[in-house]
Order: sequence, then structure tokens, then C-alpha cells
Amino acid sequence: MSLRGRWRKFVNAAMLGITALFAITTVSVLFFILGYLAYHGGKNVTWNFFTRLPAPVGEPGGGMANAIIGTAKLLFVALVIGAPVGIFSGVYLSEFGGKGPSFFVRYTADLLNGVPSIVIGIFAYAVIVMRAQHFSTLAGGFALGVMMIPIILRSTEQFLKAVPRPLREGAMALGSSKWRTVLTVVVPAASSGIITGVMLALARIAGETAPLLFTAFSDRYWSSGFNQPIASLPVMIYTYAIGPYKDWHEQAWTAGLVLLGLVFVLNVATRLVFVRKIAAFS
Amino acid sequence: MPARAHVAELAPSLRPLRILWDRLRRGDEIAHVVTLIFASTVVGITALLVYQLWIQSALSRQKFGWAFFATRVWDPVAGQFGALPFLYGTLLTSAIALLLAVPLGLGTAIFLSEFPLARFSDAFAFLVDLLAAVPSVIYGLLGIFVLAPWLRVSVEPVLSSRLGFLPLFRGPAFGVGFLAAGLILAVMVVPFIVSVSREVLISVPREQREAALAVGATRWEMISRVVVPFAKTGIIGSVFLALARALGETMAVTMVIGNDPKISASLFAPGYSIAAVIANEFTEATGNLYLSALIELGLVLFLVTFVLNGLARLLVLATAQRGSIQG
Repeated sequence: MSLRGRWRKFVNAAMLGITALFAITTVSVLFFILGYLAYHGGKNVTWNFFTRLPAPVGEPGGGMANAIIGTAKLLFVALVIGAPVGIFSGVYLSEFGGKGPSFFVRYTADLLNGVPSIVIGIFAYAVIVMRAQHFSTLAGGFALGVMMIPIILRSTEQFLKAVPRPLREGAMALGSSKWRTVLTVVVPAASSGIITGVMLALARIAGETAPLLFTAFSDRYWSSGFNQPIASLPVMIYTYAIGPYKDWHEQAWTAGLVLLGLVFVLNVATRLVFVRKIAAFS
Repeated sequence: MPARAHVAELAPSLRPLRILWDRLRRGDEIAHVVTLIFASTVVGITALLVYQLWIQSALSRQKFGWAFFATRVWDPVAGQFGALPFLYGTLLTSAIALLLAVPLGLGTAIFLSEFPLARFSDAFAFLVDLLAAVPSVIYGLLGIFVLAPWLRVSVEPVLSSRLGFLPLFRGPAFGVGFLAAGLILAVMVVPFIVSVSREVLISVPREQREAALAVGATRWEMISRVVVPFAKTGIIGSVFLALARALGETMAVTMVIGNDPKISASLFAPGYSIAAVIANEFTEATGNLYLSALIELGLVLFLVTFVLNGLARLLVLATAQRGSIQG
């Protein structure tokens, strides 16, 4: 083989090798994060962590029960706000909207999706906290809910559009009106996909910290109802990580592991359960 | 069609009403209106967001005008607010991030899109998606306790002794600072570059690849001279998306940038970013002007990411269309 031929083969192998190396580097970051959190946070994942309130500084023990419940409550509020708006708008885009209005709504949703989460926090602060004059679960949940809307909207639209035409035509041929077709045939056929979108949106916002800093704020005790400041896992991790105490750092690692576990379980479970169903369907 | 017969019997002026009534009775118009209301909510919320950012920042905009972006003093006590140190920090850290993330992300995307085993590639892509799902506060946690100490002890002293002739690598090693924030951001935006680039690379038509191979190109020559140029606009789009992410990223940056509103040439020095100052000072902002200045920073962040996201989407769309027309 000529010298030039050999050189070209060498470049080929070297460059492909480099891309492989880059790919491995990228993915190994994930395993590094998982491993490091498991190592540092794993030893403190105890029953107390899930059932106790934070202990005063210097006292051993204590947990983050209030923050775990707080995250659950915030996600609940976000779901109540984000899911209906997202799903119904998705139905509009896929089934009812004309070309012009649909383009406009879709474009706005994409715009909303790109807004940095801290700016969403400012928005919730201006709309709710400023008016009520205090931080609340509602304000935090609203901020998270707004972030969910565009994600759910786009996935709902996408899955509804994937429902095969013959299925719709079959329903129409039996004399059902458009809304009946959508409600009883199209949406049920796409339900796995729609739920997948909602779950992934939940996973996406579960770890959000920035929009909660000045909406839900935080709390070291239990927070009742939806009208008071409330603790959440991400904000606790932040507060504990930048705090000066060694105990707090330990707890931050543990909370980080629990939060990452929650996000990953949501992601993986959703994909395993629903994506297979979707694949089988289409 | 009995309904049509009804319509024909009516006076001409009443016909449209009758048709509307029939459609209403079937329920389609109601369903249309109900879903339309929800869709309008999305537009309404977005419009309200822009409106709120605009009016809540009015005080600061009127007081400082354009000088807001050219002033480097940030002194809440004296009521002096200038955005320059934050703009500098945000741009510098994002530039470091892109410098590292673009080659890494593009390389990974090429590997994933060209690798022959589809199942393997999908599994890899799933892992990259999981990486994108890691909450930013967790990146910040690792940044404070792992990255910053490592930089302070092992990396920055070496860099300053070898490359100290550059002002970038001069000065004491703090650990936290522009370099730490840039590195964390790089890791955080790689998944976005990978997933979008991989998609545009896959959308390059088969014929293009086969033609290149048929004239005797090696695999790498095919990738570097045919596939990547073909997907160029889409790849640039993915970089814009990543840039928008990096500019708006808050928690991880807040935790490692050092939070000091100074402009330093040294990458080792602590600095500040737009998102970080909002996160840190918003709840402590006393006085309307202070709050309004912070909200104006939010407005800037919003506008910049808005433009970048719009451009990115256009570019990705253009590549996808090119692929489908020629493919």
C-alpha cells in the first residue's frame, strides 16, 4: 500500500478512536456522579433521614422528612397546574388548531421552554409572592407547573399525531363526531405516550432549585396547607452544601443521592414501562 | 342530509347561524373552544411573563438607562447598580464551557450516529439523556466538594507555572472561580449538544454517505468531508441551544463561581454571573430599586436566551428540511 494510503488509514483509525474516547468520557461522567454520590451519601441513607425533621446544628441525627414531603407537595401543585394546560393544549395543536394559530402556540411553547428557570422564578415571585406578601407552596408549585407546560404540550402533540389515520377514520365512519373520536379513540390510543410526557416533565422539574429559592423559600419545620413557605430537597441540598457545618455537608450528600435516585427512577421506570408499550403500538 | 334541508328552507340571513348551531350541537365547536382556551393560556402566561419582567424592571431601566450595562459598580448600599461584572462572568464562563463542550459533544455525537450497532448506540444515547436529567444542584454539590478543591490543589498551580505567561492563568489559585464554573457548565451542556447533533447527523441521507464511500473515501473522510458539512447548520443550532442553557444556568454556577462582582482577566479568580446574583440576592433585596435592578438582569437573561433559542430552532429546522428534500 502506498504511503498516502497508509496515512489515510491511520488518520481514519485515529479519529474514530478519538470520537470513541469522547463518547466514553461523556458517559463516564454519569457513572462518576452516581458512584461519588452513592459513596458519600449512601452511608447516611437511614430510616431517620426519611422520618425526622432536620436536627439543630451540632446535634447528631435528624433527617429531611419535611423536605421530602415538601417536594411531593410542590410536585403535586405543579402537576395540577401543568398537566391539564399541557395536555389540552397538545390536543388543540394536534386535533383542532388551524395552521396559523397552531404555529403560534407551538412557537410560544418553545420559547417558554427555553426561558431560564431562574427567570420563571422571578415571574412567579412577581405574580404571586409580591401580591400575597409572603412565600408559599402555591407560588413554588406554580413556577414548577409553568415549566412543565411546554414539555407536556409538545409530547402530547407528538403522540397524538402518531395515532394512525385509519383508526380515526374507523370511528368517523361509525358516525361519531370529531370530539367523540378524539375523546374515545385518539386520546386513549395515545395515553401511554401522554403519560410518558407527564412523567418525564415531573422528572425534569423534581430537581429544580432556582425557581424555588424565592417562591417556596424553605422551612425547617413542617409546613401545613399550601399557603406557607415550604422546604424542598433541592433547596435543602443547596442550603446545606454552602453552609459552614460538616454535618450539613454530610446531609447534603445524602439528600443529593435521594434526589438523584428519585429523578433517575422516574426516568428509567417511565421509559421501561411506557416506551415499550408505545413501540408495540406503532 | 336533513340538516342541510333545514338550512335551505331558512331565510338567507339566518343560514350561517343555523350551520353554527348544528355544529355546536354535535359538540365539535365546543371541544374546539375548550382546547383553544387552554392553548391561549400558554400564550397568555408567556405574554404575562414578558410583561411582568418589563414593568417590574421599569424603575431600574429609567434610572440607569443603557449605562446599566457599562457600569462595573454593584453597590446596593449606595444604590449604585451596574451589570458589567455579571455580563462578563456569564459570557466568560459560557465561552469556557463551549470551548470544551463542543469538541466533546460533537465527537460523542459522531461516534453515536456512525456506530454500526443500533442497539448499543441507543443505550449510549439513553445514558447521555440521563446525564441531562441530573439536577443542577447536584452538579453544584460535586463542584464545591470535588471540582474546586481539585482545581485549587492540582490543576491551577500547574497551569500557572506552565502557562503563567498568559494573564488568563495568573494569580492565586482559589479553586472557586471562572474556571470552575466554566468546567461545570461544559459538563452540563454536553448532553444537549450530543442529543441534537446526533439527530441531525442521523438525518443526513444515506446516499450522501454511500456516494462518499463509493469514490474511495475512508470512514473518517466520509464523516469529516460529507456528513458533518451537510449537517453543519444543525450542529451550529445545537451549539446555540447549549449556549442558551449555559447562559441561564443558575445553581451549579452560583455554587462554584465565587460570588464576587469583579472583572478579572485571571480564570482562577472568583467572579459572578447574572443568574447567580439573582439567586443570591433576590430574597435579600431591600428597596424597590435593588429588586428592580435584579429583575432587569432577569429581563436581559430572558431576551438573550430568547434570541439564541429562536436562531437555534431555525438552524435545526433548516437542516432537517434539507435532509428530507434530498433524502
